[in-house]
Amino acid sequence: MTRLSRLVALILLAMSAGCGKPDFSDSDKRTIASLALNTLPALKPDTTNRFADVPAAAALGSTLFFDQGMSGDGTVSCSTCHKIDRQFQDDLPQAVGVGRTNRRTMALAGVARDPWFFWDGRRDSLWAQALAPLENPLEQAGNRTAFARYIKARFGERYERIFGPLPDFAGLPLNASPLGTDAEKAAWNSMSDAQRDAINSVFANIGKAIAAFERSIEPAQTRFDRFALDLATGAEPKGDAIFSEQEILGLKLFIGKGNCVTCHSGPRFTDNSFHNTGVPPAAGLPPDRGRIDAVAQVLGDPFNCFGAFRDGDAGACGELRFMVKDSPELIRAYKTPSLRGAATRPPYMHAGQFSSLDEVVGHYAKASPSVEGASELHPLDLSDRERAALVAFLQTLSQ
Amino acid sequence: MASLWRYILAGLGLAALLAGILAVVYLTAPRSPQSAGPDVSRTKQTDNGLFVASLEPERGVVRQGELQSWRLTLKTKAGAPVEGAAIAISGGMPQHNHGLPTSPQASDYLGDGRYRIEGLKFTMSGWWQLHFAISATAGSDTVLFNVVL
Repeated sequence: MTRLSRLVALILLAMSAGCGKPDFSDSDKRTIASLALNTLPALKPDTTNRFADVPAAAALGSTLFFDQGMSGDGTVSCSTCHKIDRQFQDDLPQAVGVGRTNRRTMALAGVARDPWFFWDGRRDSLWAQALAPLENPLEQAGNRTAFARYIKARFGERYERIFGPLPDFAGLPLNASPLGTDAEKAAWNSMSDAQRDAINSVFANIGKAIAAFERSIEPAQTRFDRFALDLATGAEPKGDAIFSEQEILGLKLFIGKGNCVTCHSGPRFTDNSFHNTGVPPAAGLPPDRGRIDAVAQVLGDPFNCFGAFRDGDAGACGELRFMVKDSPELIRAYKTPSLRGAATRPPYMHAGQFSSLDEVVGHYAKASPSVEGASELHPLDLSDRERAALVAFLQTLSQ
Repeated sequence: MASLWRYILAGLGLAALLAGILAVVYLTAPRSPQSAGPDVSRTKQTDNGLFVASLEPERGVVRQGELQSWRLTLKTKAGAPVEGAAIAISGGMPQHNHGLPTSPQASDYLGDGRYRIEGLKFTMSGWWQLHFAISATAGSDTVLFNVVL
């Protein structure tokens, strides 16, 4: 019987040999592969902006993006808050332009792939988004007639080579906008329809140039992507593509018990949608109801996809056309942000409510109810070890 | 001869052991969502039996994260196409307590009882429900389809 018992021992040993290293199920492997950067499709053309892929437009857009002259007082540019060496964000809980806003600056990697813009989706195209801070009194605090004049004075030749002739400014007010001060609004109302249309066209083209530039801002490969690629191809991970036991546990929690991947899905780790996750309001800010209040704003925006300044046909307007307009789920719903690079850009959430990823994970584990509307979260039973593992995994998306 | 019997016995014993291990592994393994999941058939009788409804993605495949058009085909039980139906669409993810991320609409009648359902978007993987409220000359009825991504 000794031979038999040896045989049994040998067979049991052979059967258990494959269980030594942490293994992922086939379904886990598919999920992990779906998050890797190599599955990010090529950027689709934006038919609503016929200058989106015109290099001269992107070059002008880049100039405008960094130009402090693009503000009411000459001190603020897009890059004041979207800092090029900080993932195009500013590390502040709320952005500070000419004044302090009530929202966190969003990082820009892959922004051209978003269907909706701002935390609440109050704009529906990248070029329409770029116009909003220009006239927001807390951000760039300018007005569209002044911007059009500034473009003519500083970049007239470059502008006309791309977009065609600028309008005749003779007799036009210096400062006018439908969104400005009372004096600016009155000046805007004194203009003829043709004059307003001409200024709006220049204004829209400013947005289209900035959007053309922003299309080049794309996410970079991370340690996670190298790990995921090796896992998918069966290659032995080398160097920093090797995950520690803690990082593997974090990844398993991210796609499993933590339910993170439910919303943070795909190669950008976002479902591009809006959710109420019970994030508490930031102290000292005006009431903020998120997506529910953005619906009327995007519908009322003259630069939205239904408006006269869209290029191409209305077939591109599906997101606006089929937008959810009145569900209670929109109350305090905010956009799912991409998690790429998130570990190195605290604070978190739409008004910088949490100062560390540990706090964020703690919030999702606790799942406190929302101050208004209903949170979609369910409490999670996460040990300290598991919370630390989730944070460790998120850090691999910044390395 | 005795040793040969011993080997046969050992072989049988090993086979039984393997079968036992496999049985344990199989019975304790989590069931795949397909086997335990909801009914995902694409053709159904409506809830009160007025119509037979078929639902399919217009381009054959279901894609996550993109606006998609689907086609709903409505026939009577006798197989005649249902024309002029008013269709309202709702739905969501029962396991996540949320509705659809878009407001899909029946945007076009394609003839032969076929309706284009535009503006559907599945933002995440998992179990989705699509509920159709149908009103036609024959009466009103509802039908629920499950889509698992």
